[in-house]
Amino acid sequence: MAERLLLRGNEVIAEAAIRAGCQCYFAYPITPQAELLEHMAQHMPRLGRTFIQAESETAAVSMVYGAAAAGVRTMTSSSSPGISLKQEGISYLAGANLPAVIVNIVRGGPGLGNIAPSQCDYFQATKGGGHGDYHVIVLGPSTVPEAGELTTLAFDLADRYRIPVLILADGLLGQMMEPVELPDPVEPDALPEKEWATTGAAGRDPNIVLSFDLDPEVLKRMNLELQAKYREIEANEIRLEETATEDADIVIAAHGTIARIAKSVVRMARAEGIRLGLFRPITLWPFPYDPLRVLSDRVDTVLTVEMSAGQMWEDVRLAVAERAATPFYGEVGGVVPTPRGILNEVRKHAD
Amino acid sequence: MPIDVDGLVKVFERPRSLTDARFTYCPGCHHGIITRIIGQAIDDLDIAERTVGLAPVGCSVFAYLWYRCDALQAAHGRASAVATGVKRARPDLIVFAYQGDGDFASIGTAESIHAANRGENITVIFVNNQIYGMTGGELAPTTLVGQKTATTPDGRDPKLFGYPIRFSEMIAQLDAPAYVTRQALYDTKRIQDATAAIKKAFEYQVEGKGYSLVEVLSTCPTNWRMSPVRSNEHVADVVTQVFPLGDLIDRG
Amino acid sequence: MPKGAVVIDAERCKGCGLCIAACPQQVLAFSGTLNRSGYNAAHAAHPEKCIGCAFCAMTCPDIAIEVYKEKVAI
Repeated sequence: MAERLLLRGNEVIAEAAIRAGCQCYFAYPITPQAELLEHMAQHMPRLGRTFIQAESETAAVSMVYGAAAAGVRTMTSSSSPGISLKQEGISYLAGANLPAVIVNIVRGGPGLGNIAPSQCDYFQATKGGGHGDYHVIVLGPSTVPEAGELTTLAFDLADRYRIPVLILADGLLGQMMEPVELPDPVEPDALPEKEWATTGAAGRDPNIVLSFDLDPEVLKRMNLELQAKYREIEANEIRLEETATEDADIVIAAHGTIARIAKSVVRMARAEGIRLGLFRPITLWPFPYDPLRVLSDRVDTVLTVEMSAGQMWEDVRLAVAERAATPFYGEVGGVVPTPRGILNEVRKHAD
Repeated sequence: MPIDVDGLVKVFERPRSLTDARFTYCPGCHHGIITRIIGQAIDDLDIAERTVGLAPVGCSVFAYLWYRCDALQAAHGRASAVATGVKRARPDLIVFAYQGDGDFASIGTAESIHAANRGENITVIFVNNQIYGMTGGELAPTTLVGQKTATTPDGRDPKLFGYPIRFSEMIAQLDAPAYVTRQALYDTKRIQDATAAIKKAFEYQVEGKGYSLVEVLSTCPTNWRMSPVRSNEHVADVVTQVFPLGDLIDRG
Repeated sequence: MPKGAVVIDAERCKGCGLCIAACPQQVLAFSGTLNRSGYNAAHAAHPEKCIGCAFCAMTCPDIAIEVYKEKVAI
């Protein structure tokens, strides 16, 4: 029986993780994701699950690595500077084919930055962040309910492909409250056993979890297996949302909370007679290059709007190439673009 | 010429929880002795089927090859945190982290201290040979004053690099740990003591008594530029003056 | 004194010499023969002196030594 509650984004992600059967959660406090940590601190022990406030974000992701190897659903969360600290662990998780969920409630950067919302970690999330040839699935929710849905999806995708999944939210989404319907809980015991996990080698050969081989031919094979997995994910797991693009002349490309703001801009622009649409990637990796390429054949302009100096913009330009104009409008430092500010940009390109 | 064992009983052989793999360690390196002792403990407690080992980064990066047990290779310094994750996920498993002095006492300082402070019910083996072997013999946090290494070619100067860190003593300050001890392997008596200590460290985990740390003063003949026999003498005569042997805590 | 015997796997031996130093009966010595890895493996030069104490095996870092001992009736 689904429950309907008024929750903030951070809490929804936490609660969705619990209901997805997350057995172990390890994290370090950082603004603006404190409520996620606190929700887990309150609820996980009561359910007989593991909550540890780790000594650092680096330690937390290493604990995730251990719990993931032991075959349980596990998650960590942080914000930008803390996610930087986790890059080593994320590379190890990816290299070792371990499922895990990592949540980034993005804040202003670089360096210490500030605690206001931003989208300046897109490169870090989608282009690597850590060392080596790897990807993590990156999901970009734009509403509080979607943050919950994508958290549930994250655990499923992580297990299905044995891959880390990163939820790329931001401080605005983390803090805002909306009514959500929460799914029925899944008990960790009800989840299928992972025959590759380090659960004790009784009656079978030992399972070894690693991301290492000194023989280049062997490591090459391990890398090619990862690449094959990524091709499979690219073929099957792209998610996006198009709004009012059927007859659009100009389209905004945006993700996360900016896409939500852009939906208002679409209404405002249409009221002025501008045929504006919205192209919203939900999976930032794999990025929906083909759908955007197809769309860009029909429109004059794809305006990328981000809370960054232009990161998703590069993927948009890769997809669109010369088929349409690809201007950019961004705000940095934690400044949130207003609908009016975005509409002004749209007007500039609408002629 | 083959040895005649007719009518004799075998009294010493390879522990059955170890694989047949040949150790990749240098001649005389104590890693092999510690590995055998761990295998012995796993045999004695009959826990191979639920033991999970954590291999560090360092000379023992291949540690996962030595045991007939599930194992993980952890990032450098993180084995105590990874062990925490495994043990919390599946408390019925017997989890041991095997770490050198860089892994445990330098890059892993925070993870090592905090796993101990939380009293994680794990067994940590800390191999202290006062040098970084695998990467070519550099300074370790435990390097002795005046000791020449690849990065202290004129000998460790405390004014520049501080003093050797007695990590077990630091861990022993914490309230949570159940067993903290420092052992060595330079002669048969020490090997027997270390054997009992490592067995106890695993036994305490089986009995749910909490965190155990066994620091083992070991040799690095290659980077110490000494023969294995001379290396043992060095531990006996010099290293134990800086790192005293014995139990620091036994709350079991 | 009880009779003992050691069997050294010459191919596992790395010629470190710890067993030779550990033996209280001076049973062991370097064989002078290089194994396939190029190590001067140890061997029982005086097997008749072996008492099966296993000190050599305990210190062998490559677990290259098996030890046998005469079963003594109590």
